[in-house]
Amino acid sequence: MRGYFARFVGDGVPTPIIRVPKTRGNIPPTAVMDGGPLFPVMSTAMSVSAARRGPLLPNALADRLFGGVARAAALLTLASLLGIILSLVIGAWPAIRAFGPGFLTHNAWDPVREDFGGLVMIYGTLMTSAIALLIATPVSFGIALFLTELAPAWLKRPLGTAIELLAAVPSIVYGMWGLMVFGPVLARYVQQPLQALFAGTPVLGALVSGPPVGIGILSAGIILSIMIIPFIASVMRDVFEVTPPLLKESAYGLGATTWEVVWRIVLPYTKTGVLGGIMLGLGRALGETMAVTFVIGNMNQLGSPSLFEAANSITSALANEFAEAAPGLHQASLIYLGLVLFLITFTVLVFSRLLLLGLQRNEGRRT
Amino acid sequence: MAHFVRRKRLNRVALTLAFAAMLFGMFWLAWILWETLRLGFESLSLSFITENMPPPNEPLGAGGLANAIWGSLTMVALATFIGAPVGILSGIYLAEYDPRGWLAVTVRFVNDLLLSAPSIIIGLFVYAVMVVRMRQFSGWAGAVALALIVIPVVIRTTENMLALIPAGLREAAYALGTPKWKVILRITLAAARAGVLTGVLLAVARISGETAPLLFTALNNQFWSTGLSGPTANLPVTILQFAMSPYENWQHLAWGGVFLITLIVLGLNVLARTLSRKFSS
Repeated sequence: MRGYFARFVGDGVPTPIIRVPKTRGNIPPTAVMDGGPLFPVMSTAMSVSAARRGPLLPNALADRLFGGVARAAALLTLASLLGIILSLVIGAWPAIRAFGPGFLTHNAWDPVREDFGGLVMIYGTLMTSAIALLIATPVSFGIALFLTELAPAWLKRPLGTAIELLAAVPSIVYGMWGLMVFGPVLARYVQQPLQALFAGTPVLGALVSGPPVGIGILSAGIILSIMIIPFIASVMRDVFEVTPPLLKESAYGLGATTWEVVWRIVLPYTKTGVLGGIMLGLGRALGETMAVTFVIGNMNQLGSPSLFEAANSITSALANEFAEAAPGLHQASLIYLGLVLFLITFTVLVFSRLLLLGLQRNEGRRT
Repeated sequence: MAHFVRRKRLNRVALTLAFAAMLFGMFWLAWILWETLRLGFESLSLSFITENMPPPNEPLGAGGLANAIWGSLTMVALATFIGAPVGILSGIYLAEYDPRGWLAVTVRFVNDLLLSAPSIIIGLFVYAVMVVRMRQFSGWAGAVALALIVIPVVIRTTENMLALIPAGLREAAYALGTPKWKVILRITLAAARAGVLTGVLLAVARISGETAPLLFTALNNQFWSTGLSGPTANLPVTILQFAMSPYENWQHLAWGGVFLITLIVLGLNVLARTLSRKFSS
């Protein structure tokens, strides 16, 4: 509508509002009030600025000072990233020189003979994160679907808040709960029945062998999945909500079911964002420390492919050993592990950010 | 017709699964909160907040976590006082000075990475920079590690909240000849103060439960610390140590600590949400 009127104004047809003073015989006093004092106002403004020329300098100085401090604070963020990378590389240098890239695939952790390799921890980190993603991705998709398409309007906010509160629960609480409450329940009601069921089966039997005590890779993966569900679900919900209603309504108008609209319209439209959300969750899972340290069992062994076996992850190795590690090769090897973790997480998070940024650029308005 | 029925059935199955996923999420939240409340409430008593950590194998109910609570309080407060101003200033730079310049774009990107970076890495960094230099674990190092976690949270919320302030407000102030620093401090930041405060509260909530960055910085301490220059007792590391121990009285106290932390963190989150809702309406 605005464009419709603007076209007439743009054609040079004077609008009635402009013509009003002209059609009146004499200029109304208000017009004088409006137009008359224009010059005096300008001159007072000029004289004020002239009078202020003295104190203007401190203001300019204050401006530059404030801007400089703000800029320095912003630069501090870059400096801390560089500082983190530098300190990790310097700290890990003895181990990098001693073991080289073979450290990543070497299966040994012997502080007495100073023989270190990160394979066990790297395997533990990747495996627990993989289990977490496997569970969290479909569940988060379901939650996002429920929150955007199914939940009645009055329920959307409280349910969304509740899911976000899952992210607010400190990881130490997850760890404590996982060790004391969840572990025994998992052992009794999931692990033991599974072992009985798959006792003789070739592949599955090996996956579920080992002591069913509720501590190990599987329980760490499950708890990680609960922890990353809120991150993935809220990104998915946010990107689902930016799907243009017109697209969805067109599909509904053609007779599509809610599921078909989500699966064939919303998901293809938002796939970059969805992938970005999953990557964000993966980044979180890889770097999570406390919950994993509590339930993974902290055993440096890689004997069996079992998911029930106690294992170790990069973060839990750091948490358990670092403060007591002797300075030297042991400590350097732990920092090397930290560097590896940082590089993996960093890559995943950069990927996630780029995907989400691309979506924002397409969207053009979200900040 | 059969095709139509199949589509309807698929739809019903998918939507039921979505509902089940929602229940799945709620189920964990309810279970965790319920166990925390149930087991934590049992171990709360007056001595919990007035007495120091007991030795192992004492009777249940003897001793408390007073030194850990105090240590956590001082470190969180210090970290907030260091981190919040730096975060707010950087947020101001990103929103008010050249928001599309190379520095702002880079900082924004890096800040998003730091927001999700593993917190144990922050601990390693502060260990290398402070603990190795000072040759001992200290509460100061713990506070700095926590401050490094505060900064990205505050930057993010401050920038977002300042971006919501209408440009007209700034322009009106500039038109009156107000210098830029005054416009920012007295007009835009003042208008966004509820939102900025929300960010600070969220950051405090986040660091109250952080354990990993304290493991190699503040370490822990069995006794009351008078200053921050040595290993400092703190709630999260104490919980870790007590929960992993075989002593019943220690595990009992760990549940009390978990209860307290959950209460504080969720309380701060709810408070922050209420504030931000008031701000946005």
